[in-house]
Amino acid sequence: MYAIALKMLMGDRGKYLGIIMGLTFASLLITQQSSIFTGLMTRTYGTISDLSLPDIWVMDHKVQFIDDLKPLQDTELYRIRSVKGVEWAVPLYKGLLKARLDNGNFQICNVLGLDDATLIGGPPMMIEGSLSDLRRQDSIIVNDVGANTRLARPPKEPGGKRIPLKVGDVLEINDRRAVVVGICRVSRTFQSQPVIFTTYTRATSFAPRERKLLSFILVKAAAGEDLNALCDRIRKGTGLAAYTAQQFKDLTYNFYMKNTGIPINFGIAVALGFLVGTAIAGQTFYNFTLENLRYFGTLKAMGASNGMLLRMIVLQALVVGAIGYGMGVGGASLFGFLLGGTELSFRLTKEILYLSAAAIIIIIVLSALISIRRVMKLEPAIVFKS
Amino acid sequence: MRNSGLAVYCNGVIKTYTTGQTKVMALRGIDLDVRTGELLMLVGPSGCGKTTLISVVAGILDHDEGDCLVFDKDMRAMGQRKKTLYRGSTIGFVFQAYNLLPTLSVLENVTVPLLINGESRGMAEKKAHDVLEQVGLGDKVRSLPSQLSGGQQQRVAIARALVHNPRLIVCDEPTSALDADTGRMVMEVLRGTALSSDRALIIVTHDNRIFNFADRIARMDDGRITVIESQVAH
Repeated sequence: MYAIALKMLMGDRGKYLGIIMGLTFASLLITQQSSIFTGLMTRTYGTISDLSLPDIWVMDHKVQFIDDLKPLQDTELYRIRSVKGVEWAVPLYKGLLKARLDNGNFQICNVLGLDDATLIGGPPMMIEGSLSDLRRQDSIIVNDVGANTRLARPPKEPGGKRIPLKVGDVLEINDRRAVVVGICRVSRTFQSQPVIFTTYTRATSFAPRERKLLSFILVKAAAGEDLNALCDRIRKGTGLAAYTAQQFKDLTYNFYMKNTGIPINFGIAVALGFLVGTAIAGQTFYNFTLENLRYFGTLKAMGASNGMLLRMIVLQALVVGAIGYGMGVGGASLFGFLLGGTELSFRLTKEILYLSAAAIIIIIVLSALISIRRVMKLEPAIVFKS
Repeated sequence: MRNSGLAVYCNGVIKTYTTGQTKVMALRGIDLDVRTGELLMLVGPSGCGKTTLISVVAGILDHDEGDCLVFDKDMRAMGQRKKTLYRGSTIGFVFQAYNLLPTLSVLENVTVPLLINGESRGMAEKKAHDVLEQVGLGDKVRSLPSQLSGGQQQRVAIARALVHNPRLIVCDEPTSALDADTGRMVMEVLRGTALSSDRALIIVTHDNRIFNFADRIARMDDGRITVIESQVAH
């Protein structure tokens, strides 16, 4: 009877495709929008992810997220180094500075100044040059996306392609000379600005004059040290905020979740996908059942039990659900793959796959329940009505 | 065994439909016997209770009062599951609108009652093929119902009603959608293949062109059987 159930379903091509399209649309929209949302939120703490070496980030206690810069006095670094359980502590400058391009335009860049001695906090992947080249005079390392897009030089002829920034090129950052000595790859930032690495001293010389310029202190805990306990000791001993890398990511993530319209906007898109998918698939599946009521009645009259009909409908719902889910997730993956090298943030995690699967299961259960109720209440005497 | 030898025994069967405050008595005390090996026609004007009576006999409607036994079994007294199983194994149906599943082939349509009764697919297809040969449609097994004429579709429906060897076949207006020649041919197939010494046929019709195929004709009016006529079938 299961084969017959499938033939009943697939034989009505129009409705079959309608149900599949509804579920595919729902699955695609839920998966795609959730992946873009996750990608975007991941970008908010991309810098923290890239700086994997330090265990603890120390900052002003009023900092709410990674880009909320409230600089410290340089002397704070020595206080942190004196806290028991700290293996080492290095300064990190982080700031938004203007780079002047060849055409006279300015581009805001995300500048990271690394500890002069150790260069801790450098980019996770070098494409050209090496991190130690930062020891050369006026040197900077630029991320590849920034070099190829916003920092690229104007084309030689009108309408031509822009010329990517390359090693040896010179920029002006806040009227100071900066020589590109390397190209690196980093996680994209939330605002998609070019990322520039240099030494702490050079970064603070690029930055406008301020009394305090130390953005963060990166801390490595001594071997066997409990990170939470060390954070507590730093907080109590210095009055500064101290977070493990994961806590700082969560702080940043939660700030964007609570204080921006991003989750609401994406939530609405996901909810719309769910509602429209439910409406299309549910309505079409119900219509399919309605049009087949006479045949379900015939099966009932011929001795098919309610349980058998229920299993047939559940099978039909499962098949369209599985196909719709697969096509939707496949479509979203293809979307992510094709736009992988662009500005689009897209991160498809297994949690999103579970979320999308759960949504499709809810849709098909709702659709099937309405249909099942109708078939269960069906009087087989319907077959004698012409 | 009070009704031994009878396919159907009805005594004082009453059925009332209730819609809101309105009550309509569809059957007002039906007394009827149908013997095995017999083709009985139920005839009468629209609304006289023919369809209600065969629905009660086939166990898809419960009557309110009286007795209705099918091969000595009171289906009203059975639980829903047992009644469904009994109906599936004992009764075959032929409908006015054929009710063939449009997306299944002729062969698949005929296998349905066997599959419902738990037959394996291979065995069901073999039996369905044999019955389709009997009704003259051995060359149409792969066709869809929509590719067949009305008469051919009704022969498929007859094959479907016969394939699981039921002891009672209930037909609802089997020829009313067919022209006279096709209707006669369908009745010939029905009499020739469905009727046997251990099986009974009940046909509801108001098509007087096929009355001569009946062994007996029970005329109904206003929920009662007014007269039962015996005749020699052609």
